[in-house]
Order: sequence, then C-alpha cells, then structure tokens
Amino acid sequence: MPTLTAVKKNKFDVLSVRAKFPALHQQVNGHPLVYFDNAATSQKPEEVIDALSHFYKNDNANIHRGIHTLAERATAEYEKTRKAVQSFIYAGEPEEIIFTSGTTGSINLVVQTYGRKFLKEDDEVIISAMEHHSNIVPWQMICEEKGAKLKVIPVTKRGELILEEYKKLLSSKTKIVSIVYVSNTLGTINPVKEIIDMAHHAGAKVLVDAAQAIIHIPINVQDLDCDFLAFSGHKVYGPSGTGVLYGKRELLEAMPPWQGGGEMIKEVTFEKTTYNELPYKFEAGTPNIADVVTMKYAIDFVEGLDREAVAAHEHHLLQKTMEGLAEIEGIRLIGTAKHKTGVASFISDRIHHFDMGMMLDARGIAIRTGHHCTEPLMNVLGIEGTNRASFAVYNTEEEVDYFLGTVREIVQKKKK
Amino acid sequence: MNQTINEIQNEVVDEFSMLGGDMESTVFYIMELGNHLPPMDERYKVKENLVKGCQSKVWLSTYFKDGKVFFLADSNTDVTKGLISMLIRIWNGRTPKEILGTDLYFIDKIGMQRVVGSQRSNGFASMIRQMKLYALGYQQQHAL
Repeated sequence: MPTLTAVKKNKFDVLSVRAKFPALHQQVNGHPLVYFDNAATSQKPEEVIDALSHFYKNDNANIHRGIHTLAERATAEYEKTRKAVQSFIYAGEPEEIIFTSGTTGSINLVVQTYGRKFLKEDDEVIISAMEHHSNIVPWQMICEEKGAKLKVIPVTKRGELILEEYKKLLSSKTKIVSIVYVSNTLGTINPVKEIIDMAHHAGAKVLVDAAQAIIHIPINVQDLDCDFLAFSGHKVYGPSGTGVLYGKRELLEAMPPWQGGGEMIKEVTFEKTTYNELPYKFEAGTPNIADVVTMKYAIDFVEGLDREAVAAHEHHLLQKTMEGLAEIEGIRLIGTAKHKTGVASFISDRIHHFDMGMMLDARGIAIRTGHHCTEPLMNVLGIEGTNRASFAVYNTEEEVDYFLGTVREIVQKKKK
Repeated sequence: MNQTINEIQNEVVDEFSMLGGDMESTVFYIMELGNHLPPMDERYKVKENLVKGCQSKVWLSTYFKDGKVFFLADSNTDVTKGLISMLIRIWNGRTPKEILGTDLYFIDKIGMQRVVGSQRSNGFASMIRQMKLYALGYQQQHAL
C-alpha cells in the first residue's frame, strides 16, 4: 500500500505549490508579480512563515544551557533541524552539520580554520573562473597571508569548466579545491563528483559551494565524497541568516575553533580554555535560533515534493526561456553549457541590463541585473553584466510566456 | 535663458504628473529625456570624468563661459542618461551662485525614489553633488 507521502509525491501540481507562497500573490506596478530572482533568494512557503511566528509565540528561549521547559523545547527544535539537514544531504552524522550565517559564513569558516591551520607557503588553492566573490575573496585573503597561491580553472565561452586545464593545475602542492556546484550567473552544473575524485587523487581536500545547487539538485555528500559543503537556507525556501557547513568529522575535529565565546567551550579558566565537542566547537555565542528552527520546515517542504518532477518542471521553464530569448533580435544568451539548471542569463545589444531590469520591473517582472558577484567571470567573458532570470518550483509556463513577450516588446520599442 | 530654475522644475513636475504615476510610462519617459541630451564627444568619456557613486557609468564634464556653467554628459544606460539630462536642463547656463542656491524640490515632487529605486537615487544624488562641486570650483576660481 502506498504511504501518504508517496501519494503526495506522485502529484506535482505547480498551482497548488504556488498557492502556498503568499508573497507571489501580489501586484507590482499594476501587474501580477513574476518572481524570476530565485537565484538571489527564494520566496517562502506558508509553513516556513508560520513556523517562525510559532517559535516566537510559543518556544522562544536560549538554547543548550537552560534547565527550564522553554529552553528544553527550543533546544530540541534547534537540534531537530540539524538532524533534518543531516538527512537532507545524507551526512553520516548530525555532528558534521555546523550552523552558520550563510554560504559566505561557511566558506569563511573553512578558510579561517582549515585554511589557516594547514596552508603553508607555496601551497596552492584551486578555484574556478565562475566562482562567486564569496568563494574567491576569502581564499585570496588567506593565500596572501600564508604566501600560498590561488589557481583558477578556466571556462569555455559556453560557460563550462575546462577539466583538462584543471588536471594540469593539480599537483602535490594543491591543498584545497573550492568549487561551485552550480554557477549563480550561468546556471552551469559542474561535474563536481569528477572534480572531487581528481582532487583526492592529488591529495587535496574539496569544498563544494552548493548555494545554487541546493534548491535544484538532490545532494548526497557521502556519494560526492566532498570534504566540505556549504549552502544557505534562504536559497532553498528557508529563512535568511541561516547557513550550513557540512564537513567530514575527521577534518572538523582537526580544525581549531574560529570564533571564541559561549557555547563553544568545555572549560574556561584564565590560564586555559578547552573546547566543546562538535558541532558546538564552531557555534560560538547565541545562534540564529528561530531561523534555524524554521529552516527545518523549508527542508520538509522540499522533501515533500517529487524532486524529479520538480527538476523536470524547472528544466522545461529554463529551456523554454532560453529558446524564446534566443529568437529575439539582438539578444545573446550568456551561459549555454550542456548541463545547466535554474538560470537564464542574457544580454541585449541595444539595452543596458540596468535599463532592461527597470523596464521589466515596470511590468511586474523581477529579475537580477549586474555582475552577480562574479566580476572575474564577467571579465573573462568580456561583458559588464547580464540580465538573469532564475526559476524555482512555483514558477509557471504562463510567467515565462509573459516574460518573453515583454522582453520582445521592450526590444521592439527600443528599436523605434 | 528665459525660464527661471524653478519654472523649469515646475515644468518637469507637470510632465511627470501627466504620466499619472504609471511606472512603465515614467521609465520610458525618463529614457526619452536622455535622447535629447546633446552628444558628448568621445574624448570626454575618460575615467577622470566618471561620476563616483553611480552604478552605471556617467561621464560629466563642464566648461565655464561668461560667468555661467555648462555641462556635457553621457551614460552607458538610458535611464541614467535621462536622469542627468533633467539636471542639465535645469542647470545648464546658470551661474555658480544660482546652482549652489537651488532647492531641487522637483525630485521629491516626482517621487524619484519610488521611480528609480534606492540605488539609482543614490547615484542621482552623486550626480547632483558632482555638478555642485564643479559650480563651487568655478565660484572659488573666479572669486565670484
């Protein structure tokens, strides 16, 4: 007999999913909102919004050290999210899940602990040309401090990593490879499994930036065999200010703490402090309790979906958008990798992306314009920025039609 | 120059009010205004002439003639070009004293913040600041 979840999972109906997202049901500048800025942040379903309010109304207390009922309840809820994340990304144990403020916080944690302890002069760190600034700058900072070198895997014009070049960069000097799973600017899905295997073969550790991947691709950290993986809650229907760092236990154990304070200690005397166990060693101070508690509801929401059906739906929207844009005069697609998800970036030969963004907003369409925090990639591609439409589960084919029609009209109008 | 600064400001306010607050018409109108800006010679489009604090590229250069300030400008985006064209319409051929003494009330009256958003409003403020700095420079240079 099918379970209730199985029954639910067999029915993916975009309109009923969409109905759960209050923010989508509004007019912007006199038009129904079309929210195509999901790569920046996703909207939140009712259960997430309600959970946040419920926590503050019923369970709010500081966690872990209280003896009273509310503190117990808040702690239990907080730790439930850790277990939910563990099972969501198939981590071996909950202690391998560290809560941070977001992907940026997670990457910086690895840089400032693992990087600081293990990087030496002349060591090398490999990133790619399509990294977000948050996976470039922290490494630049530590490399400069340690006298280590930052190496960059180049990309093709279509926006795919050149693995041959990556292979050449790898050597016994390579200590860390830090790579984005899905490009926020191009939507390219990188072959991270292969990248990880190659790095391990060379004796390097790998951090995967899954900020964009988490909403589109089911992730299994044990299958990937990545050493670290970072993502943010707000990009997967959860609250902002929540982030996750997954790390293999032996690495997390070997890393020194980063921030000192309450919660992360075992014993403190003025002479010496001993540190708490994992994961608390890396969670100094009062964390973002309510939002972490709430993140579980976002994970439950995603796990309640038929992810294959969602992926097919999102892929269809992306394909339709890319094909439609390619037919419009003067529009050029940026990022046409064979494997991509969630993001359609484009430029116009006669309309600057800032103007395009504003004209679309006047029609109720939210996209992102600019360099998307990937300035080095823009330089490589020889452009200033792009228009980026990005999708989530609740977007519809009708929205894509309206968007394409509007872009077409704007281009026509501008031509006159 | 027949019209006063405030007469032009009132004219701008009237033009915008005719658009009835419709966002799309307003955006297109601002871009249309940019089309009337006299072309800027390429040799002025240099780094030194870029207005700091604008997300878009805005080149601004000036000259001083018969006690009056004249502006040349261009931008890589149409909306920004429209924005600076409004300022040039109001301030071109004015004395430094007039420019520095202007209360630019038209900005609030047309609801600039709502129309162009906070980032572009900041950029717009940078253009105003830069234009006033030029006026101040001429004023001091010529001991006006």
